[in-house]
Amino acid sequence: MNFSEVFKLSSLLCKFSPDGKYLASCVQYRLVVRDVNTLQILQLYTCLDQIQHIEWSADSLFILCALYKRGLVQVWSLEQPEWHCRIDEGSAGLVASCWSPDGRHILNTTEFHLRITVWSLCTKSVSYIKYPKACQQGMTFTRDGHYMALAERRDCKDYVSIFVCSDWQLLRHFDTDTQDLAGIEWAPNGCVLAVWDTCLEYKVLLYSLDGRPLSAYSAYEWSLGIKSVAWSPSSQFLAVGSYDGKVRILNHVTWKMITEFGHPATITNPKIVVYKEAEKSPQLALGRLAFPPPRAAASPLGTMESKYEIASVPVALQTLKPVADRANPKIGIGVLAFSPDNYFLATRNDNIPNAVWIWDIQKLRLFVVLEQLSPVRSFQWDPQRPRLAICTGGSKVYLWSPAGCVSVQVPGEGDFQVLSLCWHLNGDSLALLSKDHFCLCFLETEEGSVQPPDSWATTGRTCA
Amino acid sequence: MGDWMTVTDPGLSSESKNISQYTSETKMSPSSLYSQQVLCSSIPLSKNVHSFFSAFCTEQNIEQSISYLDQELTTFGFPSLYEESKGKETKRELNIVAVLNCMNELLVLQRKNLLAQENVETQNLKLGSDMDHLQSCYAKLKEQLETSRREMIGLQERDRQLQCKNRNLHQLLKNEKDEVQKLQNIIASRATQYNHDMKRKEREYNKLKERLHQLVMNKKDKKIAMEVLNYVGRADGKRGSWRTGKTEARNEDEMYKILLNDYEYRQKQILMENAELKKVLQQMKKEMISLLSPQKQKPRERADDSTGTVLSDVDEDAGELSRESMWDLSCETVREQLTNSIRKQWRILKSHVEKLDNQVSKVHLEGFNDEDVISRQDHEQETEKLELEIQQCKEMIKTQQQLLQQQLATTCDDDTTSLLRDCYLLEEKERLKEEWSLFKEQKKNFEKERRNFTEAAIRLGLERKAFEEERASWLKQQFLNMTTFDHQNSENVKLFSAFSGSSEQDNLTVHSRPRQKKPHSVSSGSPVCTSKLTKSLPASPCTSDFCPTRSCVSEHSSISVLNITPEETKPNQVGRECTNQKWSVASRPGSREGCYSGCSLTYTNSHLEKDDLP
Repeated sequence: MNFSEVFKLSSLLCKFSPDGKYLASCVQYRLVVRDVNTLQILQLYTCLDQIQHIEWSADSLFILCALYKRGLVQVWSLEQPEWHCRIDEGSAGLVASCWSPDGRHILNTTEFHLRITVWSLCTKSVSYIKYPKACQQGMTFTRDGHYMALAERRDCKDYVSIFVCSDWQLLRHFDTDTQDLAGIEWAPNGCVLAVWDTCLEYKVLLYSLDGRPLSAYSAYEWSLGIKSVAWSPSSQFLAVGSYDGKVRILNHVTWKMITEFGHPATITNPKIVVYKEAEKSPQLALGRLAFPPPRAAASPLGTMESKYEIASVPVALQTLKPVADRANPKIGIGVLAFSPDNYFLATRNDNIPNAVWIWDIQKLRLFVVLEQLSPVRSFQWDPQRPRLAICTGGSKVYLWSPAGCVSVQVPGEGDFQVLSLCWHLNGDSLALLSKDHFCLCFLETEEGSVQPPDSWATTGRTCA
Repeated sequence: MGDWMTVTDPGLSSESKNISQYTSETKMSPSSLYSQQVLCSSIPLSKNVHSFFSAFCTEQNIEQSISYLDQELTTFGFPSLYEESKGKETKRELNIVAVLNCMNELLVLQRKNLLAQENVETQNLKLGSDMDHLQSCYAKLKEQLETSRREMIGLQERDRQLQCKNRNLHQLLKNEKDEVQKLQNIIASRATQYNHDMKRKEREYNKLKERLHQLVMNKKDKKIAMEVLNYVGRADGKRGSWRTGKTEARNEDEMYKILLNDYEYRQKQILMENAELKKVLQQMKKEMISLLSPQKQKPRERADDSTGTVLSDVDEDAGELSRESMWDLSCETVREQLTNSIRKQWRILKSHVEKLDNQVSKVHLEGFNDEDVISRQDHEQETEKLELEIQQCKEMIKTQQQLLQQQLATTCDDDTTSLLRDCYLLEEKERLKEEWSLFKEQKKNFEKERRNFTEAAIRLGLERKAFEEERASWLKQQFLNMTTFDHQNSENVKLFSAFSGSSEQDNLTVHSRPRQKKPHSVSSGSPVCTSKLTKSLPASPCTSDFCPTRSCVSEHSSISVLNITPEETKPNQVGRECTNQKWSVASRPGSREGCYSGCSLTYTNSHLEKDDLP
């Protein structure tokens, strides 16, 4: 495992292009595009103000930079650096901007969700979509990019509109049986739309592409409901995480619940492997590193090395007592993610913030629990392999695979606090983002994950 | 007189009683006062008698007293104290005999009374203690009753309190329920109100939004614009098409196509799954049939219909196999048939398995009750032991073979050595047998010779005896010739000495003979080798060795260990080993090794014999 040098970054804006060739990052008002392999700067674009959002077009030819404060969107072309496009939303303001799947249209959401403007880069045409709903996830595109579903609110009722992305024609428009729709999400096969209600009510509704309601599911009433929803990549399962600390898996045939994954604070089943992150004393590390002195200088002083230990059951996980009288309490399943091969599901229970739970979907049971020393900020699956990268806001990145897990110290002067991470398309590298910097982590061998953590942690920076 | 007596008597008696009492009181020691009183009160008669001697009768009134006593006694049914009067005028005389009789009788009576009194007293005491006991019991029970009554009252009180509490709790519960209901109502009303408010707010918000929209959009905001250097081509390279009804229809078509594709894909998957399942089902059915049909023949207790179904199923199956394609149709009738037959088979299988389970459990139970398990352990131990024995036997056989070879090497019999190298072959065994018979013949010859020898020895002995006799007579003759002094004694002495010498020799022969004969008699039943052993070995060590050998054998047989190396072995040790081996072998009759060892053993022995004889 090698690390690149550290580059400057602001607002955690760093994205791989969809084709995997480029890496775009923002430093204040500048947009930097690098080659992924050499990390040399290919293009440097200057925007009018601090960039708040960037997005690659699907064909990796354009990048949009949203400057919400100014209500502006600037689009840059990678092929023609002199080409430029500026979209001004004027007094209507701007709160969100995104590409359409074809990479030739930009959808801007104005302030107060007054409307969505669809700007075309091919023609002068501008389309407006009225009454978009201001919610958690109100817009979703099918994976093939043919259709867009949009949540709407009219006359105190929730509606979903399905548009054909090629010409923005309204295909279907139907009301949903929700109190206050919170989110919508297409199944990866693009034929089923999952709609879930606000957290005050546990309700998942499933609609076909043609607007027919397929099923509705409610696990319980009178309590805080759904917190997160995720489709399995095969569209076979819909995982619903809720405030009661459980994940319920619905199947795609009957849309009934197959199983329920509880997240107890103590793990008693001896079949479950619990990896516990443990700090190693720095004296020991220094003593060992005393023999090659340059290496010792490379590793930052003061940072503790850590490693995973297999805890013997029963294991009591650290729990957080949620504040009951505040909104958005820190309880329930906040994050859900299926591995790309459908075999695993990673979850985080927000009142056990240090733990990541990995479930075996084939056997429908808990497989592994990773308990970190600090709260898990985010995790992401390798797009190619069942490999999970986790960051906790510390100077380490954690990787889990069925073979085991490792904790890797990010080398660098000072403290590199990994706040976020994103995988490269091929799963060979990983961008680690801190508040002001980012670096790339290269995992050239698949067997690397099996290697003992010590060799990883002591691997110096070999890539310039 | 009689009147006087009667008149005076009670007074007197009472007086006397009193007096006696007084006197007794004064005379008696205080310690015995009570007993005296008891005595007085209980037996007035005796007391009266006593007191009379002190006061009742004086020298002056002997007559009166006697007459009084007489009267008294007669009234009590005693015979009169006086003799029968001969005449009225004559003074009646005191009959001493009668008096004594009366006295005796009175004494007896008194003793009886005393006894009775004692009994009564003890009874009284007993009753008194019983009474006390009962009283105490009564008191205790009363106390108990009291406490239980108190307890009952307490419990009743508690019960009442609890009931009260319960009632209160019920009331509270009801209140709580009411409260909950009220709160729920409140929540519901709040929720509706909230929703209503929300809707109102949302409407207002919508109105505002609308207004804002109008304001923002109607102003023709110049700022809302897109500056673009030049428009880029579409990703697919095509030009944008106009929105028409056609495109709408096309979109619809496309959507349905996508949906259809999805459904088709899913249907295909389901079909595949179905086919797999059907295959599994069919296979299961086949296996079930094959599993169950042979069992059907054996247990005839099964109902006829079940066998019938099985048979029909088999036929059906044969028919179905021919029209395999029918399965692909997933026809409902076929499905029903399949599921039904599977269900039937399954039921049969289940019942069968249950039966087996029952049997197993029964066997288990029996096993636990029986000592079969224990015997099995024993069995294992036994087999282990036997295996060890076999091992040892094999070793022995090997050593024997070696010995044989050694022995044969000395005889330089090429044939036999080659035979012995692998004497386990059948042919060689037969050859061995032949040899054996040959040796037997030889043995017979030897024995014949020996007999001749013994006969000769006997003859020699007889001759010697005759000679001795002759000599004795000759000596006698000579002695007589020499001197006539005390010839009788000397003859005796001479005779004795002469006989003693012969008798010793005779004894020897006699001794040796049973030694030879005895094994012969034994040899028919007991191992042959022992007989040969005694014969083959030199006489004196043999006799001394024989018994120890036996004991040794018995020792060895229990342990069955051989620790003599073939190089060291001497003839008699070999013999010992042989006996030893024979012994251990004999303990396992019927085993092949035993037979073989027996064969080889006899061979060795005969050989030994042959060696020793020259």
